[in-house]
Amino acid sequence: MINLALDVGTTAGPESLLFYFLAPLSILASIGMLLVKKAVHSALLLAWVMISLAIFYIAQDALFLGIVQIVVYTGAVMMLFLFILMLVGVDTSDSLDENIKGLRAIAITAAIGFGGLLVSLIARATFGRETTGLIGANSIGNANAIAEILFTKYVFAFEVVSALLITAAMGAMVLGHSQKSRSKFAQRDLSIARFRKGELKDAAGLPGPGVYALHNAVDVPALLPTGPTSISAVLQARGDIIESSQFQLQVEDEEK
Amino acid sequence: MAIANYLYLSAILFTIGAIGVVLRRNAIVVFMCIELMLNAANLAFVTFARINGNLDGQVVAFFTMVVAACEVVVGLAIIVTIYRSRRSASVDDASLLKL
Repeated sequence: MINLALDVGTTAGPESLLFYFLAPLSILASIGMLLVKKAVHSALLLAWVMISLAIFYIAQDALFLGIVQIVVYTGAVMMLFLFILMLVGVDTSDSLDENIKGLRAIAITAAIGFGGLLVSLIARATFGRETTGLIGANSIGNANAIAEILFTKYVFAFEVVSALLITAAMGAMVLGHSQKSRSKFAQRDLSIARFRKGELKDAAGLPGPGVYALHNAVDVPALLPTGPTSISAVLQARGDIIESSQFQLQVEDEEK
Repeated sequence: MAIANYLYLSAILFTIGAIGVVLRRNAIVVFMCIELMLNAANLAFVTFARINGNLDGQVVAFFTMVVAACEVVVGLAIIVTIYRSRRSASVDDASLLKL
C-alpha cells in the first residue's frame, strides 16, 4: 500500500515537499494554458496539470482515483482532445486580442475577486473536526473500500451513470455522423469553378511549390508574381515557408 | 503543511479555469478550461474525503470523472459538427442558431 501521507493532519515531510514542488508548477502550467496561442500547446500543458493532480490524489491516499485520473484524463480525454485538434485543423489558433471592449480587464478583475473570495473563505473556515485521514477507511485497500461503498450506498447513481455513458456514446455517434448535403466536389467541378473565376490566367492550375526555383521542396514558394499561392495552406498557417529567393539562379554578368 | 493547502490549490486552479472560459475564443481551449475546473473540484473532493476520513468524497470525484468523460465526448462531437458547417472553431463565429 502506497502511503505517502506519513503524518496525517499536519502533513509534514515528503508530502509537503511534493506539494510545494508540484503545486506551483501546476499553477504555472494552467496559467500558461491561457496564454499560449496554439491549442495543441494548451492541451499538453493541461495534460501536465492533470498528471500532477493524479500525483496529489495518490499522495492523499486516493490510489484508485489517481490511477483512474491518469488512465481516463491524460490517457483518453486528452487524446480525444488532440484527435479533435487534428480533425479541426492545427491552424485554427485563435487570436488573443479581445473583441468585446474591456472584456479582459473585467474578466481578470472578476476572477481575482472570485479567487480571493474562495481563498479567504477557506482561510477563515474551520473544518469542524480534526483531519481524520484515510488509514481506517482504506484498511482493506483503497480500491476494495471504494468498490464496497460504490456498489452498496451509491449503486443507484452508478446505474444512472451507466445510462448516461450509453446516451453520450449514442449522442456522439449521431452528432458525428454527417449526411452529405451536396455531391462531392470533384475534379470536374474544380475545373468549372476555375474557368468561371473571371480571368483566363486562373484557368490553369495553381503552380506547384519549388518548380521555378533551384530548390524543389514543398516549403519553397515558386518564383512567380503570385508567390506563396504555390504553398499548401497548412504550411502557410504554420509559417513553415522558406524564402525562395536564396535558391534563385544567380545570373553572372557575361561582360566581365 | 496544513491540509487546507490542497483546497487553496483547488480554488486557484478553478479560478484560472474560469478566466480561460471567459477569455479564450477557441471552443476547444474553452473546453479544456472546463476540464481544468472539473479537475480542481475533484481535488477538493479528494481532500475533503481525507479530512472526513471516509470515502464518499472519492466516490463523488469518481462520478465527476465519468460525467466529465461523457461531457467531453458529446461536446467535442458538437464542436466537430459546428466546424464542419462553419469552418471555424471560434465560439464567436457560432453566434447564430441558423447557418
